[in-house]
Amino acid sequence: MEEQRYIVFLFPSVSYALKAEKILKAAVIAHKLIPVPRHISSDCGVCVRITEDKQQDVERELLGKVEWDKVLLL
Amino acid sequence: MPLDQLNSPIIYFDNAATSWPKPAGMMAAMINYNEQIGGSPGRSGHHRSLDAGRIILEAREALAELFGCDDSLRIAFTKNATEALNIALLGILSPGDHVITSGMEHNSVMRPLRYLEAQGVQVSVVSCSDDGRLDTEDVRAAIWPHTRLLVVTHASNVTGTIQPIADLGKIAGHHGILFCVDAAQTAGALPIHVGEMAIDLLAFSGHKSLLGPQGTGGLYVREGLEKQLRPLMMGGTGSRSEFEGQPDFMPDKYESGTPNTIGLAGLGAGVRFVLAEGVEAIRSKEEGLTARFLTGLAALPGVTVHGPPNAANRTAVVSFNIAGVSPSEAALELDEHYGILCRPGLQCAPAAHRTIGTFSRGTIRFGFGYFNKDEEIDLSLEAIRSLAGGDAPH
Repeated sequence: MEEQRYIVFLFPSVSYALKAEKILKAAVIAHKLIPVPRHISSDCGVCVRITEDKQQDVERELLGKVEWDKVLLL
Repeated sequence: MPLDQLNSPIIYFDNAATSWPKPAGMMAAMINYNEQIGGSPGRSGHHRSLDAGRIILEAREALAELFGCDDSLRIAFTKNATEALNIALLGILSPGDHVITSGMEHNSVMRPLRYLEAQGVQVSVVSCSDDGRLDTEDVRAAIWPHTRLLVVTHASNVTGTIQPIADLGKIAGHHGILFCVDAAQTAGALPIHVGEMAIDLLAFSGHKSLLGPQGTGGLYVREGLEKQLRPLMMGGTGSRSEFEGQPDFMPDKYESGTPNTIGLAGLGAGVRFVLAEGVEAIRSKEEGLTARFLTGLAALPGVTVHGPPNAANRTAVVSFNIAGVSPSEAALELDEHYGILCRPGLQCAPAAHRTIGTFSRGTIRFGFGYFNKDEEIDLSLEAIRSLAGGDAPH
Protein backbone atom coordinates (compact mmCIF):
# COMPACT_ATOMS: atom_id res chain seq x y z
CA MET A 1 0.00 0.00 0.00
CA GLU A 2 1.30 3.42 -0.91
CA GLU A 3 2.26 5.49 2.10
CA GLN A 4 0.17 8.67 2.60
CA ARG A 5 2.22 11.81 2.20
CA TYR A 6 1.96 14.80 4.53
CA ILE A 7 1.85 18.48 3.83
CA VAL A 8 2.10 21.40 6.25
CA PHE A 9 0.35 24.77 6.37
CA LEU A 10 2.66 27.52 7.62
CA PHE A 11 1.12 30.56 9.30
CA PRO A 12 2.32 34.05 10.23
CA SER A 13 2.31 33.10 13.93
CA VAL A 14 1.02 30.58 16.46
CA SER A 15 -2.15 32.65 16.96
CA TYR A 16 -3.06 31.94 13.32
CA ALA A 17 -2.18 28.24 13.59
CA LEU A 18 -4.39 27.89 16.68
CA LYS A 19 -7.25 29.67 14.96
CA ALA A 20 -6.85 27.28 12.01
CA GLU A 21 -6.85 24.37 14.44
CA LYS A 22 -10.15 25.53 15.91
CA ILE A 23 -11.71 25.80 12.44
CA LEU A 24 -10.45 22.36 11.36
CA LYS A 25 -11.70 20.78 14.59
CA ALA A 26 -15.13 22.26 13.97
CA ALA A 27 -15.03 20.97 10.37
CA VAL A 28 -13.87 17.52 11.58
CA ILE A 29 -10.80 17.40 9.33
CA ALA A 30 -7.94 15.29 10.70
CA HIS A 31 -4.87 17.41 11.41
CA LYS A 32 -2.00 17.80 13.85
CA LEU A 33 -0.15 20.83 15.17
CA ILE A 34 3.60 20.18 14.99
CA PRO A 35 6.68 22.37 15.49
CA VAL A 36 7.80 23.88 12.18
CA PRO A 37 10.40 21.40 10.82
CA ARG A 38 13.89 22.92 10.93
CA HIS A 39 14.54 22.24 7.24
CA ILE A 40 11.50 24.33 6.28
CA SER A 41 12.05 27.35 8.48
CA SER A 42 14.21 28.45 11.38
CA ASP A 43 11.08 29.97 12.97
CA CYS A 44 10.25 28.64 16.43
CA GLY A 45 6.52 28.34 15.74
CA VAL A 46 4.11 25.55 14.97
CA CYS A 47 2.38 24.49 11.75
CA VAL A 48 -0.63 22.40 10.84
CA ARG A 49 0.15 18.98 9.34
CA ILE A 50 -2.44 17.14 7.26
CA THR A 51 -2.42 14.29 4.78
CA GLU A 52 -1.90 15.42 1.23
CA ASP A 53 -5.40 14.42 0.11
CA LYS A 54 -6.96 16.92 2.53
CA GLN A 55 -5.28 20.03 1.11
CA GLN A 56 -8.28 21.32 -0.83
CA ASP A 57 -10.66 20.67 2.07
CA VAL A 58 -8.41 22.58 4.42
CA GLU A 59 -7.94 25.49 2.04
CA ARG A 60 -11.69 25.73 1.57
CA GLU A 61 -12.28 25.85 5.33
CA LEU A 62 -9.58 28.40 6.08
CA LEU A 63 -10.12 30.74 3.15
CA GLY A 64 -11.40 34.12 4.33
CA LYS A 65 -11.15 33.09 7.98
CA VAL A 66 -7.44 32.80 8.66
CA GLU A 67 -4.53 33.59 6.39
CA TRP A 68 -1.59 31.25 5.87
CA ASP A 69 1.89 31.89 4.50
CA LYS A 70 2.48 28.75 2.43
CA VAL A 71 1.71 25.09 1.95
CA LEU A 72 4.66 22.67 1.67
CA LEU A 73 5.14 18.97 1.12
CA LEU A 74 6.94 17.33 4.03
CA MET B 1 -32.01 47.21 55.22
CA PRO B 2 -28.96 47.37 57.51
CA LEU B 3 -25.62 46.60 55.96
CA ASP B 4 -25.11 43.38 57.90
CA GLN B 5 -28.27 41.93 56.37
CA LEU B 6 -26.78 42.22 52.89
CA ASN B 7 -24.32 39.43 53.79
CA SER B 8 -21.49 41.69 52.73
CA PRO B 9 -19.19 43.85 54.80
CA ILE B 10 -19.18 46.47 52.07
CA ILE B 11 -21.26 48.03 49.34
CA TYR B 12 -19.03 48.19 46.30
CA PHE B 13 -19.90 51.20 44.12
CA ASP B 14 -16.52 51.68 42.44
CA ASN B 15 -17.20 49.54 39.39
CA ALA B 16 -16.28 52.38 37.03
CA ALA B 17 -12.70 52.09 38.35
CA THR B 18 -12.62 48.29 38.44
CA SER B 19 -15.48 45.86 38.79
CA TRP B 20 -16.04 43.72 41.86
CA PRO B 21 -17.00 41.02 42.51
CA LYS B 22 -16.08 38.96 39.47
CA PRO B 23 -17.91 35.88 38.19
CA ALA B 24 -16.79 32.66 39.88
CA GLY B 25 -15.55 31.35 36.55
CA MET B 26 -12.95 34.09 36.28
CA MET B 27 -10.82 32.92 39.18
CA ALA B 28 -11.44 29.26 38.27
CA ALA B 29 -9.99 29.90 34.81
CA MET B 30 -6.93 31.59 36.29
CA ILE B 31 -6.33 28.78 38.76
CA ASN B 32 -6.80 26.24 35.98
CA TYR B 33 -4.15 27.97 33.88
CA ASN B 34 -1.75 28.14 36.80
CA GLU B 35 -2.23 24.57 38.02
CA GLN B 36 -2.90 22.65 34.83
CA ILE B 37 -1.20 24.56 32.02
CA GLY B 38 1.59 27.00 32.77
CA GLY B 39 3.52 27.40 29.54
CA SER B 40 4.34 30.43 27.42
CA PRO B 41 1.84 30.94 24.59
CA GLY B 42 3.04 31.27 21.02
CA ARG B 43 6.58 30.38 21.95
CA SER B 44 7.80 26.87 22.56
CA GLY B 45 5.40 24.62 20.64
CA HIS B 46 5.09 21.92 23.32
CA HIS B 47 1.58 20.96 24.29
CA ARG B 48 1.44 23.13 27.41
CA SER B 49 2.60 26.12 25.35
CA LEU B 50 -0.11 25.36 22.80
CA ASP B 51 -2.73 25.04 25.55
CA ALA B 52 -1.70 28.48 26.80
CA GLY B 53 -2.07 29.79 23.25
CA ARG B 54 -5.52 28.22 23.01
CA ILE B 55 -6.60 30.04 26.18
CA ILE B 56 -5.58 33.36 24.64
CA LEU B 57 -7.30 32.50 21.36
CA GLU B 58 -10.50 31.71 23.28
CA ALA B 59 -10.35 35.12 24.98
CA ARG B 60 -9.82 36.78 21.59
CA GLU B 61 -12.71 34.86 20.04
CA ALA B 62 -15.06 35.77 22.88
CA LEU B 63 -14.18 39.47 22.49
CA ALA B 64 -14.57 39.30 18.70
CA GLU B 65 -18.06 37.85 19.22
CA LEU B 66 -18.92 40.59 21.71
CA PHE B 67 -17.75 43.40 19.38
CA GLY B 68 -19.19 41.94 16.17
CA CYS B 69 -15.72 41.49 14.72
CA ASP B 70 -15.34 38.78 12.05
CA ASP B 71 -11.70 37.97 12.76
CA SER B 72 -10.51 37.59 16.35
CA LEU B 73 -6.90 38.21 15.26
CA ARG B 74 -7.86 41.87 14.73
CA ILE B 75 -7.71 42.26 18.53
CA ALA B 76 -4.34 42.83 20.22
CA PHE B 77 -4.09 42.43 23.98
CA THR B 78 -2.63 45.16 26.19
CA LYS B 79 -2.39 45.62 29.92
CA ASN B 80 -5.27 48.12 30.02
CA ALA B 81 -7.30 50.57 27.94
CA THR B 82 -4.67 53.26 28.54
CA GLU B 83 -1.98 51.24 26.78
CA ALA B 84 -4.39 50.51 23.94
CA LEU B 85 -5.18 54.23 23.55
CA ASN B 86 -1.48 55.09 23.59
CA ILE B 87 -0.83 52.58 20.80
CA ALA B 88 -3.70 54.08 18.80
CA LEU B 89 -2.82 57.75 19.30
CA LEU B 90 0.98 57.62 19.26
CA GLY B 91 0.89 55.02 16.49
CA ILE B 92 -1.33 56.87 14.01
CA LEU B 93 -0.67 60.58 14.54
CA SER B 94 2.37 62.41 13.14
CA PRO B 95 3.42 66.07 13.24
CA GLY B 96 1.24 68.07 10.87
CA ASP B 97 -1.81 65.87 11.46
CA HIS B 98 -4.98 67.27 12.99
CA VAL B 99 -6.94 65.30 15.60
CA ILE B 100 -10.40 65.99 17.00
CA THR B 101 -11.54 64.92 20.44
CA SER B 102 -14.25 65.86 22.92
CA GLY B 103 -14.31 67.90 26.10
CA MET B 104 -15.23 64.79 28.12
CA GLU B 105 -12.09 62.73 27.72
CA HIS B 106 -10.09 60.86 30.32
CA ASN B 107 -6.40 61.63 30.72
CA SER B 108 -5.66 58.33 28.94
CA VAL B 109 -6.66 60.28 25.81
CA MET B 110 -5.75 63.84 26.81
CA ARG B 111 -2.21 63.16 28.03
CA PRO B 112 -1.06 61.36 24.86
CA LEU B 113 -2.77 64.11 22.82
CA ARG B 114 -1.07 66.92 24.76
CA TYR B 115 2.25 65.10 24.32
CA LEU B 116 1.60 64.83 20.58
CA GLU B 117 0.56 68.48 20.45
CA ALA B 118 4.02 69.42 21.71
CA GLN B 119 5.43 67.33 18.81
CA GLY B 120 3.46 69.29 16.21
CA VAL B 121 0.08 67.53 16.06
CA GLN B 122 -2.85 69.96 16.00
CA VAL B 123 -5.45 69.10 18.63
CA SER B 124 -9.05 70.34 18.57
CA VAL B 125 -11.13 69.71 21.68
CA VAL B 126 -14.82 70.05 20.80
CA SER B 127 -16.89 71.39 23.70
CA CYS B 128 -19.74 69.37 25.11
CA SER B 129 -22.97 70.43 26.80
CA ASP B 130 -22.86 70.77 30.57
CA ASP B 131 -24.22 67.27 30.94
CA GLY B 132 -21.35 66.00 28.81
CA ARG B 133 -23.04 65.38 25.48
CA LEU B 134 -21.04 65.86 22.28
CA ASP B 135 -23.00 67.41 19.40
CA THR B 136 -22.21 65.71 16.10
CA GLU B 137 -22.65 69.01 14.22
CA ASP B 138 -19.90 70.58 16.33
CA VAL B 139 -17.63 67.69 15.37
CA ARG B 140 -18.47 68.15 11.70
CA ALA B 141 -17.60 71.83 11.97
CA ALA B 142 -14.21 71.04 13.47
CA ILE B 143 -13.06 68.90 10.51
CA TRP B 144 -10.21 70.28 8.41
CA PRO B 145 -8.68 68.86 5.25
CA HIS B 146 -5.73 67.51 7.23
CA THR B 147 -7.83 65.96 10.02
CA ARG B 148 -6.52 62.45 10.49
CA LEU B 149 -8.36 61.10 13.50
CA LEU B 150 -11.46 61.52 15.64
CA VAL B 151 -11.01 60.05 19.11
CA VAL B 152 -13.98 60.00 21.48
CA THR B 153 -14.94 58.19 24.64
CA HIS B 154 -18.01 55.98 24.21
CA ALA B 155 -19.16 57.06 27.67
CA SER B 156 -17.67 59.42 30.22
CA ASN B 157 -16.05 57.93 33.30
CA VAL B 158 -17.22 60.98 35.25
CA THR B 159 -20.89 61.40 34.31
CA GLY B 160 -21.58 58.22 32.35
CA THR B 161 -22.80 60.38 29.43
CA ILE B 162 -23.13 58.15 26.37
CA GLN B 163 -21.87 59.70 23.13
CA PRO B 164 -23.56 59.16 19.74
CA ILE B 165 -20.87 56.76 18.54
CA ALA B 166 -22.66 55.40 15.48
CA ASP B 167 -23.38 58.93 14.20
CA LEU B 168 -19.80 60.02 14.86
CA GLY B 169 -18.56 56.93 13.00
CA LYS B 170 -20.66 57.94 9.99
CA ILE B 171 -19.25 61.47 10.01
CA ALA B 172 -15.67 60.22 10.31
CA GLY B 173 -16.17 57.68 7.53
CA HIS B 174 -17.82 60.24 5.27
CA HIS B 175 -14.83 62.57 5.63
CA GLY B 176 -12.19 59.84 5.36
CA ILE B 177 -11.09 60.35 8.96
CA LEU B 178 -10.02 57.48 11.20
CA PHE B 179 -12.32 56.86 14.16
CA CYS B 180 -10.96 55.72 17.53
CA VAL B 181 -13.32 54.89 20.41
CA ASP B 182 -12.36 54.68 24.07
CA ALA B 183 -14.63 51.92 25.33
CA ALA B 184 -13.07 51.62 28.79
CA GLN B 185 -16.45 52.35 30.41
CA THR B 186 -18.69 50.58 27.92
CA ALA B 187 -17.18 47.29 26.74
CA GLY B 188 -19.50 44.71 28.31
CA ALA B 189 -21.91 47.39 29.56
CA LEU B 190 -23.37 48.69 26.27
CA PRO B 191 -23.74 47.01 22.87
CA ILE B 192 -20.72 47.64 20.64
CA HIS B 193 -20.47 46.62 16.99
CA VAL B 194 -17.27 47.76 15.33
CA GLY B 195 -18.69 47.35 11.81
CA GLU B 196 -22.08 49.01 12.35
CA MET B 197 -20.46 51.86 14.32
CA ALA B 198 -17.71 52.28 11.69
CA ILE B 199 -15.02 52.05 14.36
CA ASP B 200 -11.41 51.81 13.12
CA LEU B 201 -9.73 51.52 16.52
CA LEU B 202 -11.49 50.32 19.68
CA ALA B 203 -9.64 50.49 22.99
CA PHE B 204 -11.15 48.50 25.86
CA SER B 205 -10.46 47.65 29.46
CA GLY B 206 -10.67 44.03 30.60
CA HIS B 207 -11.21 44.60 34.31
CA LYS B 208 -14.31 46.79 34.30
CA SER B 209 -17.56 45.64 32.67
CA LEU B 210 -15.83 42.72 30.91
CA LEU B 211 -15.39 41.29 34.42
CA GLY B 212 -11.81 40.15 33.94
CA PRO B 213 -8.82 40.74 36.19
CA GLN B 214 -6.72 43.89 36.31
CA GLY B 215 -3.80 43.95 33.91
CA THR B 216 -5.99 43.12 30.90
CA GLY B 217 -7.27 45.24 28.03
CA GLY B 218 -6.90 45.44 24.30
CA LEU B 219 -7.14 47.23 21.00
CA TYR B 220 -9.25 46.26 18.00
CA VAL B 221 -7.64 47.39 14.74
CA ARG B 222 -9.71 47.53 11.56
CA GLU B 223 -8.43 45.30 8.74
CA GLY B 224 -5.44 46.82 6.94
CA LEU B 225 -4.97 49.67 9.39
CA GLU B 226 -2.06 47.86 11.06
CA LYS B 227 0.03 48.82 8.03
CA GLN B 228 -0.25 52.48 9.13
CA LEU B 229 -0.24 52.00 12.90
CA ARG B 230 3.18 52.05 14.54
CA PRO B 231 3.74 49.77 17.53
CA LEU B 232 4.45 51.32 20.92
CA MET B 233 6.83 48.54 21.90
CA MET B 234 8.87 46.05 19.92
CA GLY B 235 10.40 42.74 20.86
CA GLY B 236 9.90 39.00 20.87
CA THR B 237 6.59 37.76 19.53
CA GLY B 238 7.31 34.06 18.99
CA SER B 239 6.87 34.67 15.27
CA ARG B 240 9.36 35.49 12.48
CA SER B 241 12.14 34.83 14.99
CA GLU B 242 14.79 34.74 12.27
CA PHE B 243 14.18 38.43 11.48
CA GLU B 244 15.17 41.40 13.62
CA GLY B 245 12.40 43.60 12.24
CA GLN B 246 9.09 43.79 14.10
CA PRO B 247 6.30 41.67 12.50
CA ASP B 248 3.85 43.89 10.59
CA PHE B 249 0.75 41.77 11.07
CA MET B 250 -2.00 41.50 13.69
CA PRO B 251 -1.87 40.85 16.55
CA ASP B 252 1.88 40.22 16.87
CA LYS B 253 2.85 43.75 15.84
CA TYR B 254 1.43 45.08 19.13
CA GLU B 255 2.03 42.09 21.40
CA SER B 256 5.75 42.06 22.15
CA GLY B 257 6.97 40.08 25.12
CA THR B 258 5.33 37.29 27.08
CA PRO B 259 1.64 38.14 27.49
CA ASN B 260 -0.43 38.11 30.67
CA THR B 261 -1.73 34.60 30.00
CA ILE B 262 -3.18 34.05 33.46
CA GLY B 263 -4.97 37.39 33.25
CA LEU B 264 -6.28 36.63 29.77
CA ALA B 265 -7.57 33.26 31.02
CA GLY B 266 -9.61 35.25 33.52
CA LEU B 267 -10.66 37.82 30.93
CA GLY B 268 -11.87 35.08 28.58
CA ALA B 269 -14.04 33.69 31.38
CA GLY B 270 -15.35 37.17 32.21
CA VAL B 271 -16.32 37.86 28.59
CA ARG B 272 -17.98 34.43 28.32
CA PHE B 273 -20.04 35.36 31.38
CA VAL B 274 -21.03 38.64 29.73
CA LEU B 275 -21.99 36.82 26.51
CA ALA B 276 -24.02 34.22 28.44
CA GLU B 277 -25.92 36.84 30.45
CA GLY B 278 -26.26 39.09 27.41
CA VAL B 279 -25.15 42.73 27.16
CA GLU B 280 -28.81 43.81 26.86
CA ALA B 281 -29.70 42.07 30.13
CA ILE B 282 -26.66 43.57 31.85
CA ARG B 283 -27.53 47.00 30.52
CA SER B 284 -31.14 46.67 31.64
CA LYS B 285 -30.12 45.71 35.19
CA GLU B 286 -27.56 48.51 35.45
CA GLU B 287 -29.91 51.08 33.97
CA GLY B 288 -32.53 50.08 36.53
CA LEU B 289 -30.09 50.52 39.42
CA THR B 290 -29.01 53.90 38.03
CA ALA B 291 -32.60 55.09 37.59
CA ARG B 292 -33.44 54.04 41.16
CA PHE B 293 -30.46 55.99 42.47
CA LEU B 294 -31.19 59.09 40.36
CA THR B 295 -34.82 59.11 41.50
CA GLY B 296 -33.71 58.81 45.11
CA LEU B 297 -31.10 61.56 44.80
CA ALA B 298 -33.62 63.95 43.24
CA ALA B 299 -35.59 63.82 46.49
CA LEU B 300 -32.60 64.76 48.64
CA PRO B 301 -32.14 68.47 49.44
CA GLY B 302 -28.58 69.75 49.15
CA VAL B 303 -27.57 67.14 46.57
CA THR B 304 -26.57 68.15 43.04
CA VAL B 305 -26.42 65.50 40.32
CA HIS B 306 -24.15 66.03 37.31
CA GLY B 307 -24.59 64.59 33.85
CA PRO B 308 -27.73 63.51 32.00
CA PRO B 309 -30.92 63.51 34.08
CA ASN B 310 -32.09 60.16 32.70
CA ALA B 311 -30.48 56.77 33.26
CA ALA B 312 -31.10 55.94 29.59
CA ASN B 313 -28.50 58.49 28.49
CA ARG B 314 -25.73 57.31 30.75
CA THR B 315 -23.88 54.21 31.85
CA ALA B 316 -24.24 53.10 35.46
CA VAL B 317 -22.09 56.01 36.63
CA VAL B 318 -23.41 58.91 38.70
CA SER B 319 -21.36 61.91 39.82
CA PHE B 320 -22.90 64.14 42.46
CA ASN B 321 -22.07 66.67 45.14
CA ILE B 322 -23.43 67.28 48.62
CA ALA B 323 -23.68 70.92 49.73
CA GLY B 324 -21.25 71.70 52.50
CA VAL B 325 -19.33 68.42 52.25
CA SER B 326 -16.25 67.97 50.05
CA PRO B 327 -16.19 64.85 47.84
CA SER B 328 -13.19 63.42 49.69
CA GLU B 329 -14.81 63.96 53.09
CA ALA B 330 -18.00 62.37 51.87
CA ALA B 331 -16.15 59.36 50.43
CA LEU B 332 -14.26 58.84 53.68
CA GLU B 333 -17.46 59.05 55.68
CA LEU B 334 -19.26 56.66 53.32
CA ASP B 335 -16.41 54.17 53.61
CA GLU B 336 -15.85 54.34 57.36
CA HIS B 337 -19.42 54.63 58.60
CA TYR B 338 -21.45 52.91 55.92
CA GLY B 339 -19.04 50.52 54.18
CA ILE B 340 -19.86 52.20 50.86
CA LEU B 341 -16.87 52.29 48.50
CA CYS B 342 -16.83 54.95 45.80
CA ARG B 343 -14.44 57.36 44.12
CA PRO B 344 -14.18 61.07 44.93
CA GLY B 345 -12.26 63.81 43.11
CA LEU B 346 -11.48 64.32 39.45
CA GLN B 347 -11.38 60.64 38.37
CA CYS B 348 -8.36 61.32 36.10
CA ALA B 349 -10.55 63.43 33.83
CA PRO B 350 -9.96 67.17 34.45
CA ALA B 351 -11.34 68.05 30.99
CA ALA B 352 -14.66 66.41 31.81
CA HIS B 353 -14.88 68.25 35.12
CA ARG B 354 -14.24 71.57 33.36
CA THR B 355 -17.09 70.73 30.99
CA ILE B 356 -19.59 69.94 33.75
CA GLY B 357 -18.37 72.79 35.95
CA THR B 358 -16.90 70.79 38.82
CA PHE B 359 -13.20 71.55 38.31
CA SER B 360 -11.32 71.58 40.68
CA ARG B 361 -13.73 70.51 43.41
CA GLY B 362 -14.52 67.22 41.72
CA THR B 363 -17.46 64.96 42.52
CA ILE B 364 -18.46 61.88 44.45
CA ARG B 365 -18.72 59.13 41.85
CA PHE B 366 -20.82 56.01 42.27
CA GLY B 367 -20.22 53.31 39.66
CA PHE B 368 -22.79 50.51 39.79
CA GLY B 369 -22.24 47.03 38.45
CA TYR B 370 -24.20 43.97 37.41
CA PHE B 371 -23.92 42.40 40.87
CA ASN B 372 -25.25 45.37 42.82
CA LYS B 373 -28.71 45.18 44.38
CA ASP B 374 -31.63 47.57 44.81
CA GLU B 375 -31.19 47.29 48.60
CA GLU B 376 -27.65 48.63 48.29
CA ILE B 377 -28.94 51.63 46.34
CA ASP B 378 -31.56 52.31 48.99
CA LEU B 379 -29.06 51.99 51.82
CA SER B 380 -26.67 54.38 50.11
CA LEU B 381 -29.47 56.92 49.63
CA GLU B 382 -30.07 56.86 53.38
CA ALA B 383 -26.37 57.40 53.98
CA ILE B 384 -26.29 60.35 51.57
CA ARG B 385 -29.39 61.80 53.21
CA SER B 386 -27.57 61.72 56.56
CA LEU B 387 -24.43 63.29 55.07
CA ALA B 388 -26.53 66.04 53.51
CA GLY B 389 -27.98 66.79 56.92
CA GLY B 390 -31.46 65.60 56.08
CA ASP B 391 -33.69 63.79 58.52
CA ALA B 392 -34.10 60.06 58.27
CA PRO B 393 -37.39 59.09 56.63
CA HIS B 394 -40.19 57.89 58.84
